[in-house]
Amino acid sequence: MKRRLFLKSAMASSAVATAVGAGLLTPKMVFAASDAFTATSKAAVSAAAGASEGTFKFKAPKIAENGAVVPVSVDASNLDNVTNISFLVQTNNTPLAASFNFAGALGFVSTRIKMGKTSPVTAVVTSGGAVSALTNEIKVTVGGCGG
Amino acid sequence: MAEQDLLLPSLSKTDNIKERVMRIKIITMAIAAMLSSTVALSAQQSSVVQADIDAYQGYFLERFPNVDGLQGFSKGAYAMNEDKMMQFEAVMEMPPFEDLVEKGGELWEKPFANGNTFSSCFEEEPSLIRAAYPRWNSAKGKVDTLEQALIDCLVSNGEKKWGTGKGKHAWVAAHLTTLGEGTFINVIVPEGDEAALAAYNDGKKHYYAKRGQLNLSCANCHVEGAGMRVRGNTLSPGLGQTTHFPVWRGKWARKTNGVDGFGTIQRRYGGCNKQVRAKPFKRHKSEYDNLEFFHTAMSNGMEITTTEYRE
Amino acid sequence: MAKIKLKPKAKKGVIKVKAIVKHPMETGLRKDKKGNPIPANHIDHLTVTHNGNKVVDADIGAAVSKDPYFQFQVPGAKGDEITLAYKDNNGGTGSATAKSK
Repeated sequence: MKRRLFLKSAMASSAVATAVGAGLLTPKMVFAASDAFTATSKAAVSAAAGASEGTFKFKAPKIAENGAVVPVSVDASNLDNVTNISFLVQTNNTPLAASFNFAGALGFVSTRIKMGKTSPVTAVVTSGGAVSALTNEIKVTVGGCGG
Repeated sequence: MAEQDLLLPSLSKTDNIKERVMRIKIITMAIAAMLSSTVALSAQQSSVVQADIDAYQGYFLERFPNVDGLQGFSKGAYAMNEDKMMQFEAVMEMPPFEDLVEKGGELWEKPFANGNTFSSCFEEEPSLIRAAYPRWNSAKGKVDTLEQALIDCLVSNGEKKWGTGKGKHAWVAAHLTTLGEGTFINVIVPEGDEAALAAYNDGKKHYYAKRGQLNLSCANCHVEGAGMRVRGNTLSPGLGQTTHFPVWRGKWARKTNGVDGFGTIQRRYGGCNKQVRAKPFKRHKSEYDNLEFFHTAMSNGMEITTTEYRE
Repeated sequence: MAKIKLKPKAKKGVIKVKAIVKHPMETGLRKDKKGNPIPANHIDHLTVTHNGNKVVDADIGAAVSKDPYFQFQVPGAKGDEITLAYKDNNGGTGSATAKSK
């Protein structure tokens, strides 16, 4: 359970975001062997101090009507030079759901994610080199991954 | 429909209940008068039925003052809860049912083997068809529903009957509901017509009767329990339920792997009966036809909302 | 039915790009009725270009919903061309282009 401990450790979400931004962590890798993960976690923990509380808008339901289709959106139009918006579902097997890089598009994204069970979901925004994050807990009554 | 636009702004949350119910009464009668010239419904609404409608609508308006007027109830469970409304709006940004509504439109236009089309069976122009049903058919002594009218049209033109409740049947009805956006529900039980009142009362009795192993009536959940939770689900208010059928349900869509979530109101009646562990009735027989008659009358004065998503 | 439903709409200098991409988005963690694992089959990369310039480059994971919906916002005007393209973990690809309304 190294991964779960890693995520629970200090400002793990921002650490992951920085790692994602640095290209060290892609959705596939998070699920993969723990060797790569250990290296990533070290880099991430040292970068962890950087994340501040987000001032952007993170819209997500409190109780998901359907765990297979949970709408999440981030509107970071109040921030300058948004280069990345990522979503982490902390209790999913693979926490990183998606990472959107922007070069010309506005700092806005809306999509729908699958959640296996109730979980904190973190939206991470990288703007002007700085990382900020907001976490909402989304309750799921019937998991969305069972098929 | 400019006259209707002028009448509606008078309904606002700040008015007291009696005033609002009175306004609804006036609007319903005015609409009946307007429709009577276009749809040959020159009958007066039974006063007993009107009293029922006023009481039903007044109950909901008083119990849920935060809902945006009478029309707000068309959003059902979503109107009861901001969190759910957000999820509804997210789905409606790009609804999953657009392709099938289009298919319904194509089926509506497609000529039968004999050259006729569906529209030849209806006296109303397409956008007025949805709101014209259900209605009392005094010649036949029964309630006519839109979905039955579609089946009758196929049969009278020598076409094979379609399965009811879902699939093509629902898509064509959904197309008509989409065209009917903004038209007014105005079910009339003609004053003095004993047979019509009997059908209405039969539907009313069904609505308030407990049934099934769970011993629940429609009213238990959708009148007394409106806005309350049943496990993870929020119960929708009975008022406004008939504004948005056929409906695309996420649950029905999941059964077909996301392909087709459409169902007519009588499909839903069957589902509700099953959910309280009662044996469902066969669609388009007197039980559900009369229920639909009563149920729709309770929403008189509300507008058809176009096809929508529901959980 | 198209594989990608793409509807860009321009208003006040911003194009709202709404899209649904039909894709099973299998995580690789599910099993079929016989108990056999269903292999992973999901979009892993997605791009949006505006008049030929790439404005969104996304890494997509299996936790994104089936037949996923996306909305992006790109500064632009009516008539601008938007292209959305994806690649999945099996090398499958798809793309759609539409002019903003």
